[in-house]
Amino acid sequence: MNLLRPSQLMSQTDLEIVVEDPTAPEHDSPSVVISGTVEIVVCLLLLALAATLGYDNWRTGISWDSTGPEPGYFPFYLSTILGGGSLYGLIVALLARRAASETFVTRAQARRVLAVFVPTLLFCLVTQFLGLYVASLLLIASFMRLVGKIALWKSLLTAFLFTAIMFVTFDIAFDVIMPKGPLEAAFGY
Amino acid sequence: MEAFGLLVHGFAVLLTWKTLVLMMVGLVLGIFVGVLPGLGGPNGVAILLPLTFTMDPTSAIVMLSCIYWGALFGGAITSILFNIPGEAWSVATTFDGYPMAQQGRAAEALTAAFTSSFIGSLVAVLLITFLAPMISSFALKFGPPEFFAVYLLTFCSFVGLGREAKHKTVISMSLGLLLAGVGMDTVSGQLRMTFGTAELLRGISFLVAVIGLFGISEILLTMEERLALRGHAASISLRVVLGVWKDLPKYWVTLLRSSFIGCWLGITPGGAIAASFMGYNLAKRFAKDPESFGKGRIEGVFAPETAAHASGTAALLPMLALGIPGSGTAAILLGGLMVWGLNPGPLLFVEHKDFVWGLIASMYLGNVVGLVLVLTTVPIFASILRVPFAAVAPMIVVSCAIGAYAIQNAMFDIWLMLGFGVVGYVFKKIGIPLAPLTLALVLGNRAEDAFRLSMIGAGGDLKVFWSNGLVGSITTLAIVLLFWPVLDRLLGHLTWARR
Repeated sequence: MNLLRPSQLMSQTDLEIVVEDPTAPEHDSPSVVISGTVEIVVCLLLLALAATLGYDNWRTGISWDSTGPEPGYFPFYLSTILGGGSLYGLIVALLARRAASETFVTRAQARRVLAVFVPTLLFCLVTQFLGLYVASLLLIASFMRLVGKIALWKSLLTAFLFTAIMFVTFDIAFDVIMPKGPLEAAFGY
Repeated sequence: MEAFGLLVHGFAVLLTWKTLVLMMVGLVLGIFVGVLPGLGGPNGVAILLPLTFTMDPTSAIVMLSCIYWGALFGGAITSILFNIPGEAWSVATTFDGYPMAQQGRAAEALTAAFTSSFIGSLVAVLLITFLAPMISSFALKFGPPEFFAVYLLTFCSFVGLGREAKHKTVISMSLGLLLAGVGMDTVSGQLRMTFGTAELLRGISFLVAVIGLFGISEILLTMEERLALRGHAASISLRVVLGVWKDLPKYWVTLLRSSFIGCWLGITPGGAIAASFMGYNLAKRFAKDPESFGKGRIEGVFAPETAAHASGTAALLPMLALGIPGSGTAAILLGGLMVWGLNPGPLLFVEHKDFVWGLIASMYLGNVVGLVLVLTTVPIFASILRVPFAAVAPMIVVSCAIGAYAIQNAMFDIWLMLGFGVVGYVFKKIGIPLAPLTLALVLGNRAEDAFRLSMIGAGGDLKVFWSNGLVGSITTLAIVLLFWPVLDRLLGHLTWARR
């Protein structure tokens, strides 16, 4: 595509930076869920949370003793406010449901969000068992290769370099110790 | 001029090689964070916070605040060259900045943006230098009721003045306050809302929440959109810089107006986003030819950038003087203060002079160095955008996890971060604002303590919040602000009826 370029005025802006997105979501992808529905679900969840926390604080004690308000006093009233807010939100969302049907996420978008969410979830799981640095290596290399369709050697090299820099910066230079697994143990860390 | 002497002392603290190097590192990292999609001021600072855990507080705050200035500068680069605001507060900069780049005046637009950013922060830093010590020494007289009233004022003004649906702000804020209360109760030592789990004993760390809410959710949101981009590369020559600077005096009204708007909205929790739009709109309204805005007018870059930076900087004033952050990023810096073992609040100016004045001095120096740095290195930073998002996204995820883990050395926090990421993603999409949640999380415990201490002192009588002129007027103002939308409508009706 040829952009307008009256750039003879200033030669240094001639260069263009173009980044293509091979896996861009289509614009006409069907909607998976509308915002109204999500809002109702969120309000219900918050209402349940408010009820649970409210009950727990009531059990802890919401009245006054000789030293002043009991520990549950402040949070109990906050749970009430949260409950009230979510109830109001629920009613508003239910009333508006018929009129508005704004898309929360389309199918193509949902697929892309999952394409980053699922690897992140797996990354956390691997971190738990194999340590953060191994997980980081696996995440970056596989994400670049599988989602970004970037050449394997580039993916591996980037993943290795980034992980190595992180290790040197945090574990060695700044003494911020990360969770480690059997691999690091084999190297004596 | 006591402030001046202390400022000189602050510069003396600052001018060591170690601090200067940290400053440069902070600025470069900050511009990086500002330019990259999926990272921004608050989460950039939150992720990089663990780097500072082992530093002394002064070096730590200098580096972190420089990351913040860098992020403020960096946001303008992508707005002007690519029409992609790297930060929400640079949206208004795209209105005239991008058209200028299209006309081949990218270098001019960038110079204008950086220069006005510099001017905006400078005005705000001057304000901090002279006002913050006064406010803090005044606040030394505050007791628990006064502090609670100020916290209440902060919370209420968010609800009353925010642009989002009121019930959503209330939900976000009460959720934040509740989460802040999880764990051991600071007054009685009793456990609350832990449901018998050992992991929740520590409480929910505010920083973990921020990393999830802003970092992880931003990755999910960025991924959802198209990632293709097309823009201009630019480098800035000295000739262009001098050309723009020569014309600066012509725009002094715009610059001054935007600085004031920014300072005001930064101190009150209006924030940089509102400031940049307001700066732009007012410049347009007062212009002789408003229709030329949006077509590549340099004033359209000056106005929002000055306001955004003035506001971003001024947000540190209440944080330093009262321990109340004026923005999300300021809230994270406040979280950092607590990690380094400092007690935020008015006593900071008395007990930690080196820290406070070192920080203020670094605001001056950081902005000068930052200006020179961005003017000379724009092409390098613009080319970062050539790096595919598929490489950047997993790196940000890893950095987020490192940041979350480092805070308390807990694996549970990495899972918590992921959970907050999902919450942040959903909340953003259905319009529940995240800023009140962050603020409530960081201030929650202190607000509760202030409330309980005043209640204990007064024997449970709520009238303590009206017991003297000062606390009474703050409390009343808070309640007025809470119901401001209703009052505003009521007043509107009355004046209309009278006509």
